[in-house]
Amino acid sequence: MALLEVKDLNVHYGMIHALKDVSFHVEKGEIVALIGANGAGKTTTLHTVTGLIEASAGSIIYKDQDVTKLPGHKLVPLGMAHVPEGRRVFADMTVLQNLKLGAYTRKNKAEIEESLENVYKRFPRLKERKNQVAGTLSGGEQQMLAMGRALMSKPEIILMDEPSMGLSPILVNEIFDIIKEVNKSGTTVLLVEQNARKALSIADRAYVLETGRVVLDGDAKELMNNEQIRKAYLGE
Amino acid sequence: MKKLTKQQKSNLITLAMVVCFYLICEIFIRTGLMSSHLKGLLVPLTYYAIAAVGLNLCVGILGELSLGHAGFMCIGAFSSSIFSVMTRDALPTVPRFILAFIIGVAMTALLGFLIGIPVLRLNGDYLAIVTLAFGEIIKNILNAVYMGVDDKGLHLSLKDAASMGLDASTGKKIINGAMGITGTPSDSNFTIAIIILLVSLIIVQNLVQSRDGRAIMSIRDNRIAAESTGINVTKYKMLAFTISAAIAGAAGVLFSHNISTLTAQGIYFGYNASIMLLVYVVLGGIGNIRGSVIAAMILYVLPELLRGMDKYRMLIYSIVLIVMMLFNWSPKAIEFRQNHLSKFSKRFRKEAAR
Repeated sequence: MALLEVKDLNVHYGMIHALKDVSFHVEKGEIVALIGANGAGKTTTLHTVTGLIEASAGSIIYKDQDVTKLPGHKLVPLGMAHVPEGRRVFADMTVLQNLKLGAYTRKNKAEIEESLENVYKRFPRLKERKNQVAGTLSGGEQQMLAMGRALMSKPEIILMDEPSMGLSPILVNEIFDIIKEVNKSGTTVLLVEQNARKALSIADRAYVLETGRVVLDGDAKELMNNEQIRKAYLGE
Repeated sequence: MKKLTKQQKSNLITLAMVVCFYLICEIFIRTGLMSSHLKGLLVPLTYYAIAAVGLNLCVGILGELSLGHAGFMCIGAFSSSIFSVMTRDALPTVPRFILAFIIGVAMTALLGFLIGIPVLRLNGDYLAIVTLAFGEIIKNILNAVYMGVDDKGLHLSLKDAASMGLDASTGKKIINGAMGITGTPSDSNFTIAIIILLVSLIIVQNLVQSRDGRAIMSIRDNRIAAESTGINVTKYKMLAFTISAAIAGAAGVLFSHNISTLTAQGIYFGYNASIMLLVYVVLGGIGNIRGSVIAAMILYVLPELLRGMDKYRMLIYSIVLIVMMLFNWSPKAIEFRQNHLSKFSKRFRKEAAR
């Protein structure tokens, strides 16, 4: 059984039919990428899975449990973490406060400390700046903070929305290396990304979304060599 | 002794400032150096400071605009006053005021909660719109309602006093339409008002520093990120808004027990009064609890002291508003404050360490 299984998901924004029968699944330990152009429905898919938007039809099964109707805040204790698009950090709080809020749903103080040390190990820059106000961090640092905050909830699956958005190529490489490391240490990753080349280079499998439909899916390496994909998304 | 954090120190300073203010005022009163006009302003300025602290919890900490806090004061004032008038002869002063206070605060909290249920699920400025309407509706209803008791029980009417059908011998009018409630015992005084201000400060300061407070502030900073870290956004919005309304209700209780005739007039409970509370909060610094207290006290007393200036009064008042705004928010003024005041406090700290 897949860790996360989405079946025939439909979402409407008023009259607009944003997602049409989107189905995909994520196995334990994988990196799965959802790629596609602007407005294809990538973020909508992610927000529906994390409970921020309500689906009009379809089902979301997480760890053999139907979570379609569950509100977003109840998914976090189940081990699903969400790194929202556009580096949404708590701008008026310090780095440390941001990270501690990431562990909001956890009670055991010793374990939280341990997670904090792990996050600091992974992002040494966050340790240096732990008392700095998050809004004054650079874009890359804010992305690291958003990821670190998600890791503080000790997730089994982490859903990342456009981690490369607005970052310089060097930072994009750094962020993707970190995503790979996070995955290696045992966390499943669902990645939504416009930067198809980067996403396919680290993913195991990928789904291509176009105007609210899954039009193609398969092994990431194969998709990378797919003529259609190369033309439409890799600019070759 | 456990070392205090910076925030805890700052909170203690706020409380100490209120206590000092109280002691200074008491000394002036005891030595007869305070005019009776100024003495009459002490309770009002304290309950406006309380209301401003409550509003700051909603506007500054939760980040939701409320334009109906005068309406919440109105609820607290009327509900507690009705109780006090009804039990005026039956209960001694102290338990009567305590019960009236609890009833006023509970009623306001209940109404804040009920308003919050539909509105706080939404994002955007809906709370401002709904609370604005709520304040006006409450004021207008209380202006139209007639209420009285006799030995048969409670009588209500929206027409006039006669149509309540009160028993002529045992009947007692409580709310007389637009004439309001007369004969509320003046149970509140400056000391009680200051105690309630201190209690509301302690409640708000502790809430802000708690885990719940951080959850509330994270909603203000970023709703989606808050939700995706597992915070129940609606629950914490409700919590903060209900407490905020209840504190405004406490201010209302002090209000009604400080004057003999309580009427739901626009100048006390209307739209302008809510805006005035918002001015206290904004000029004191959004999210800055101490600032709200200081701003409310200064800005309430100032127009009263300027009464002698006659028609220039509001002109000077508005200039003061602008100057305060510049002092609080302009980058140059903040730089100046940082440079000069921090030097001062550093020197103070060094000397204290010696």
